Amino acid sequence: MATQAVTTGSESLARGYRESEDAARRRLGVSGYWACFKGIVWREILRYLHQRERFLSALVRPLIWLFIFAAGFRQTLGVSIIPPYETYVLYEEYIAPGLIAMILLFNAMQSSLSMVYDRETGTMRTLLVSPFPRSFLLLSKLLGGVSVALLQAYAFMLVAWFWGIQPPPITEVKLFTFYDPPTWAGDVIAKMTDPIVNPLFSVPEFIQPFAGYITVIPAIILAGLMLGSLALFMSSVIKQLENFAGVMNFVIFPMFFASSALYPLWRIREASPPLYEICRLNPFTYAVELIRFGLYGQVDTVSLAIVVGCTVVFLAAAVFAYNPSKGLIARRGGPGGSA
Amino acid sequence: MASKAPTDAEGTPALVVSGVSHSFGDRKVLDRVSLTVSQGAFVVLLGLNGAGKSTLFSLITRLYDNVSGEISIRGFDVRRRPSQALQRLGVVFQSRTLDIDLTLMQNLKYHAALHGFSGRTATDLARQALELVGLAERADEKVRALSGGQLRRVEIARSMMHHPDLLLLDEATVGLDLGSRESVMKIVRDLVARDRLGVLWATHLMDEVLPTDQVVILHKGVVLYNGPVPQLLTLTGTSSVREAFRSVTGTKSAIEEAA
Repeated sequence: MATQAVTTGSESLARGYRESEDAARRRLGVSGYWACFKGIVWREILRYLHQRERFLSALVRPLIWLFIFAAGFRQTLGVSIIPPYETYVLYEEYIAPGLIAMILLFNAMQSSLSMVYDRETGTMRTLLVSPFPRSFLLLSKLLGGVSVALLQAYAFMLVAWFWGIQPPPITEVKLFTFYDPPTWAGDVIAKMTDPIVNPLFSVPEFIQPFAGYITVIPAIILAGLMLGSLALFMSSVIKQLENFAGVMNFVIFPMFFASSALYPLWRIREASPPLYEICRLNPFTYAVELIRFGLYGQVDTVSLAIVVGCTVVFLAAAVFAYNPSKGLIARRGGPGGSA
Repeated sequence: MASKAPTDAEGTPALVVSGVSHSFGDRKVLDRVSLTVSQGAFVVLLGLNGAGKSTLFSLITRLYDNVSGEISIRGFDVRRRPSQALQRLGVVFQSRTLDIDLTLMQNLKYHAALHGFSGRTATDLARQALELVGLAERADEKVRALSGGQLRRVEIARSMMHHPDLLLLDEATVGLDLGSRESVMKIVRDLVARDRLGVLWATHLMDEVLPTDQVVILHKGVVLYNGPVPQLLTLTGTSSVREAFRSVTGTKSAIEEAA
């Protein structure tokens, strides 16, 4: 069957095939967009699956933190009962969401790195000469990266599950919970949401034991989008691959350590109020909290708002930077350099 | 609609560049460049390294916008109607841009997706294109396993698989041995004859020019000659394109080094 199609195709080529105006227009329609989106996401996943070392290192990194760091600090760092936790939890359980966010962060920076590389080698051009709008291409690439991050996060959660670190059974999903709201807003928020703070719907019994693994999906996707769009913007600002070591020092480490990933914010406040304020300004903190609450079937509204807001800002900056007429790339001489 | 298209098709050139200038900061890399590639024409863009060829290509492919002048592909302005323009364009960039970890088929299907094709159509287009460059039987091998010349052929297959009207090739034969160079040239020239594609072939290798080609000499961002080869030879009173190029650009030693 395929052979026949090929023969017909060759004949049409031999006769000087031209796509009709109608077909050309259709190709830029909804189905074309869908095909393009699927193609980009699929390529990201394929590439990832072909790079086994990358998969392993992405998995080993958080596991080292979980098995060595967390085990060592279990005795030193007690975690008190703060939302969403209703009982004392092991330190391992506390840092698990932070480690998932770390996976997203590293993954985002990795794809940013590969975009800088693609730009330097010229591979990026094959993406950018696609007839679809550049913002759509970048968004698709971003979602491709998030899909990969989601796979990684699940691989991590699976290993952690065997270790006994798993979200508790969830009986109901809460759509509005508030983690450490500003004091002035606390009362207002409480009054406004009083009728809906209570569970909006309950979870069927057979799903309850692993419901946390499902309710965390939107949180991972949103957090991944935020970190991915930050990385995308950074990839347009970073001029050369060599500068990337700096990204480790100036972005990944500060973002990860000055957040609620490793210790609850109230502990940081006790130790250093200025650091506490810094952690509260760090968008990564809210990515971590969104995931933490997500694992418990809850939505932390403040984190949600901040994560979505930051995504919009970072993405807009990235699209601007890649814009052919106004962007930073145009000013500097373009992807792949100039000659 | 379908009956109207061919009449349009005959008249509208594959590429029109008119009065395009471009600078990076204070450095002017292109100065009022104009050229036309008709359908079925093989136009050689001759220039030394740094002449502005790649910048011109970047403007045509809209990696960045042309600030002055106009560029249109089959009548579609690349700035005002980028989607329609880019849809009709195929490019082989100077640097290698295939994903070496993926197979030939996966690379081509990815490209098909970028142009809005999926499923069976994408697979068929990829097969046809690979057949055309004689690599159909290696479709499921990884790109890593290919030689330099084969890589280029895959890139050409990729650039024409979506049936563009205009093909841009930027130093497509650089780094290839004589045999590979000839086979790459032949594939592209056959395409021009068969599909009436317009081709803009950027090179600094004078021996790639045939007497029937149209030549555009770009030097330091300025077009110094634009016309058929025989006329170039008559004008300069020379017997080869190489000598003619030297005479037009006044570069003696440079071209020797480059070639």
